[in-house]
Amino acid sequence: MSTLDVSHVTYRYGPKVALDDVSFALERGRFCALLGPNGAGKSTLFSLLTRLLVTREGRITVAGHDLAREPRAALGKIGVVFQQQTLDLDMTVLQNLRYFAALQGLSGAAAQRNIDAALDRLAMRERAGEKARALNGGHRRRMEIARALIHDPEVLLLDEPTVGLDTASRQSITAHVHDLADGGLSVLWATHLVDEIRPRDDVVVLHQGHVLAHDDAAAISGEKSLIDAFIAMTGKAPEERVAL
Amino acid sequence: MTPYLVALWAITKRESLRFINQRSRFLAALVRPLVWLIVFAAGFRAALGLSIIPPYATYITYEVYIVPGLCGMIQLFNGMQSSLSLVYDQEMGSMRLLLTSRLPRWWLLFCKLLAGVAVSILQVYVFLAIAAAFGIVMPPLGYLYALPALVISGLMLGALGLLISSTIKQLENFAGVMNFVIFPMFFLSTALYPLWKMAESSELLRDICAVNPFTHAVELIRFALYQSFNGMSLLWVALSFVVFMAGSMIGYDPAFGMTRKRPGGKP
Repeated sequence: MSTLDVSHVTYRYGPKVALDDVSFALERGRFCALLGPNGAGKSTLFSLLTRLLVTREGRITVAGHDLAREPRAALGKIGVVFQQQTLDLDMTVLQNLRYFAALQGLSGAAAQRNIDAALDRLAMRERAGEKARALNGGHRRRMEIARALIHDPEVLLLDEPTVGLDTASRQSITAHVHDLADGGLSVLWATHLVDEIRPRDDVVVLHQGHVLAHDDAAAISGEKSLIDAFIAMTGKAPEERVAL
Repeated sequence: MTPYLVALWAITKRESLRFINQRSRFLAALVRPLVWLIVFAAGFRAALGLSIIPPYATYITYEVYIVPGLCGMIQLFNGMQSSLSLVYDQEMGSMRLLLTSRLPRWWLLFCKLLAGVAVSILQVYVFLAIAAAFGIVMPPLGYLYALPALVISGLMLGALGLLISSTIKQLENFAGVMNFVIFPMFFLSTALYPLWKMAESSELLRDICAVNPFTHAVELIRFALYQSFNGMSLLWVALSFVVFMAGSMIGYDPAFGMTRKRPGGKP
């Protein structure tokens, strides 16, 4: 059963079509990379998935809940890591996690249990009292990922989560999120970096608001490397900056 | 605790901590009205004769007259300050965190609003205490009666800030708010002069003051401080609150409002 289902979604900024009839589904326990150059419509799609934007054209369901009709139930099943860093740097790690738990309406023993689990996942229990400002970029990102999981979502959305990180942190975070997918979470990972994608991962290729392909990475690349397959499909490398 | 109260408590706690940590903001918030009270009012005392108008039963000095207006000013600045921090949150992304919560959006925004009101009331009482130390004393029970008035006026001014934050996209535009919202609202109100004094210079000015919601916020506080009730002002403030709140809900609704711009500020 698919946990995230995007069906015939179109979105316009005025006359400009940012997403055109986008459809794909995400299976439970799968790591799905949303691959596209800058300006392909990835961030717009993320805003629609998190209901920062809404559209009348198309339908999005999360764990069986229609995002338009039951927004709260659907949002409760989603964990989000935005491209921009959203930690309060003046609060401690623990305070940040508690604040987020409270925003989700969690308190008391239930919140504490989930926060402890998050801290363990990060191996950061002993650093819980430190200010978020004291953490390096990689740790901040890991913390945001752990925070996004506090309310036990079924789908984890990450919008270019490795932007601005060094290679070691990038690899470790990519591996960490692959592990989360192996643990049963559905992951949608927006990126323009093909080296973050493993052969067995699902890949949705998004280009100029269209879905060009949806298959596992090995099938999409075929004989070629994934990057060559991508260039053949779109005529440009995913790193290239393309104005929308 | 219900999930709603959990969120309310967390948001209020965060806003209060933020406020206390920003010492300079706390100080500025107190110094501003005190400068008005001590310097401005002292200078004007001689120039301005005040007749006996409700709720006052006797002649009062100018310092006594402007205290409620300065309470309103604290709340006005505070409302705009929260608005500024909301715009900042939008730019920094932490607003998204709030908006993607599974609790209803209107409730979370209302929590933000209440948290701001709590902070503003704290400031008002510290200001009133300092004013009292300077000998500008209200009737003792007035301090108690003022509390509900301050809650309502704070909500109204906070909702105005919320509305503004939903329409402003960038921090740079905020200077405009100072010029086009705070100053006209404050000066075209009964904070500094009573309506009849305004009418002496211009009927039009008086009429503008009479419809300015800030005038009614100030009058509500003024009457409450003297243990009387100004129904007209209450109605006007409550009505303005509803309008501003409804406007901000539309502003923050993804189908129409502020989020309907390109995400992440990308090209």
